[in-house]
Amino acid sequence: MNIKRKTWLLAGFVILAGAGLQGCSATSKSKTDGTTKSDTARSIAQYFTPTITSNKTPDAEGFIRRWLLLEPINKPNRSNTVFTDSYIRKAFDTMYFPNQFTVVPKDGEKVKVGQQELTWHALDSKNFNVKLFRFAYGLRKEIYGVLFWSVTIVNSPHEMKNVRMAVGSNSASMWWLNGKEAVILSGDRRMVMDDCVSTRLTLNKGKNIIRGAVINGPGMSDFCVRFLDEKGEPIKNLSISYE
Amino acid sequence: MKLRIKIIGATALLSLCLTVTATAQVGKPFIHDPSTIMECDGKYYTFGTGAGGLISEDGWTWNSGAIRPGGGAAPDAMKIGDRYLIVYGSTGGGLGGGHDGKINTMWNKTLDPKSPDFKYSEPIVVASSANMEDNDAIDPGLLLDPTDGRLWCSYGTYFGFIRLIELDPKTGKRVEGNKALDIAIDCEATELEYRDGWYYLFGTHGTCCDGANSTYNIVVGRSRKVTGPYLDNMGRDMLKGGGKMVIAAGGRVNGPGHFGRVVLGDGVEKMSCHYEADLDQSGRSVLGIRPLLWKNGWPVAGDNFKEGTYEIESERRGYALELTVDFVRMAGRMRGPQPANEPIKSIPSQELADVINTWPTGNIGVRIGDYMFRPHQKWTITVVPEASGYLGSPSYKIVIAGTNRALAATADAEVITVPAFTGAPEQLWRIDQLTDGTYRIMPKSVPNSKELLVLVSSGDSTPTLEVFDMNSDNSKWNFKAH
Repeated sequence: MNIKRKTWLLAGFVILAGAGLQGCSATSKSKTDGTTKSDTARSIAQYFTPTITSNKTPDAEGFIRRWLLLEPINKPNRSNTVFTDSYIRKAFDTMYFPNQFTVVPKDGEKVKVGQQELTWHALDSKNFNVKLFRFAYGLRKEIYGVLFWSVTIVNSPHEMKNVRMAVGSNSASMWWLNGKEAVILSGDRRMVMDDCVSTRLTLNKGKNIIRGAVINGPGMSDFCVRFLDEKGEPIKNLSISYE
Repeated sequence: MKLRIKIIGATALLSLCLTVTATAQVGKPFIHDPSTIMECDGKYYTFGTGAGGLISEDGWTWNSGAIRPGGGAAPDAMKIGDRYLIVYGSTGGGLGGGHDGKINTMWNKTLDPKSPDFKYSEPIVVASSANMEDNDAIDPGLLLDPTDGRLWCSYGTYFGFIRLIELDPKTGKRVEGNKALDIAIDCEATELEYRDGWYYLFGTHGTCCDGANSTYNIVVGRSRKVTGPYLDNMGRDMLKGGGKMVIAAGGRVNGPGHFGRVVLGDGVEKMSCHYEADLDQSGRSVLGIRPLLWKNGWPVAGDNFKEGTYEIESERRGYALELTVDFVRMAGRMRGPQPANEPIKSIPSQELADVINTWPTGNIGVRIGDYMFRPHQKWTITVVPEASGYLGSPSYKIVIAGTNRALAATADAEVITVPAFTGAPEQLWRIDQLTDGTYRIMPKSVPNSKELLVLVSSGDSTPTLEVFDMNSDNSKWNFKAH
């Protein structure tokens, strides 16, 4: 039975999630297995490490783990069933902060979105996927009814034609490569690797900017991104930076 | 290789020849998250989210009446020895405000609420989730590993991981010291199955609980070990969202979820689920039972049989079941080369009226012959609603199209046609799609016999009734709509 549906039953919970969950102490005594206790700490440390090295390669399966993540923008939605193509295009076309489609932010840089002051974080994910829910939860930010922006720089040793950007996201998302729309994932989605892939793209020699936006109502937000070559094999000879 | 070709061939044939509508059960089969169907003292039971569940006398007509205390969500059930083990999530899933969940087990000697033995044991908590960990302890599913007798339970929802724990099959308690394993993401209502050296993890994907807009569907991955990794047909780990489709929306029902498997015998398997919405029943969530097929080692939902007029084709030779009557030639004769400019015209098919007066009026035997789309080879198959059915299937009558002449079993275990369908048990037929996509055709009763016999090809051209043998094409048939 779907957690998202059940969360509808709890409209108040969704709305009050941020405040209510502040009460979840990282030191709360868990009744769960020892192996799962680490989930409950209210910190991003179990899921992310701060970026230290200047460059990072994709992981063994080609997933890009280094990202600049903006703390979530409040975008209340009680259900993800509203995420039609036209809805998410409108949601992502909305200007939330200056230079939204061009900025390559620095770690710690702040932006103002309405009444929210939000910070960019340069992070390496410990998992193949970027657990935005844990990013928000660990930073004690809103976890449901949210919109995340993410940016990363892919450095290619040479021009690569006919590559595809492969994305999975929970829930809907939209992705751009060097300022051009590459992939859109509409609907009430769960994050599945290689769920949607772009049409054939070209990675320029040198820097390529990937920008993504993920929107979610209730449930856990996350995404995974990698590039596939003409044979569908993951591209790993890239370096990933955040500046 | 031979088997694979047969399976593919049969499947292709069926997909070409049958336009089948997925149907739910009859009665009042309203349920969400049905547990695996259990048989107890000749009746069928399934439990759902909330209290209670459904009971059926025959597996086709379902009504409320099953009793399960504890409330909560999405139970599963299993018979171990002479007792039934029920597992359910009593909390969590967002119910009550969060994801602190508990998985409980309890026993009962019977599922019949009218039995004096009907009494549930006190529930035992075997797993839990708390404090926003990456798991929501609801939606459990059970597997008793046939290879070693170990009992496993998977549980969880979209909120984090699907987890696997081991239970003691004697007590239903968690095995001491057992640590939960993460085995999947992106699904819920999981169920584990074992078949031919593979462990299968079924999960429900998509959007729940949105009526006609619910996109629920059931996917599967498999592993050589119960602990995983569970990979789909593309090699994707279910821990990365992988999963191969088992069943999606179709006909007038959508949102199948919460898989359960029932093995009725060699080659005869059913899967249960609920449909989020049956558009013919106010869009309510209803119990669904479908044949379960296995294609190249992967499970996929078969189709419930649809009423219609068919050629009944033997899998043995490919010949068609037909009346033993004189072959009536169509107009014309053997033709040599024709003038190139001869006008082209349509020739009408032979019709029933063209031949029926050449047929005897009493009982007529049946045989199997070359299909020529002639009236004596066309069978109309319809539900007999007043007759009891079977698990996931009603009883059918099989008559020559345009007539009431009915296929019937005889006391000497042969098959004939009688001039008129009377509703007698030997004229009622059970039709099950087999795990390879072909069909088994079985009379409800063989006069003066308690044996369960099925329609078989005893020769290429000769049908009879014999014990079903899944390993023989003699026992298998296809329905082709021309």
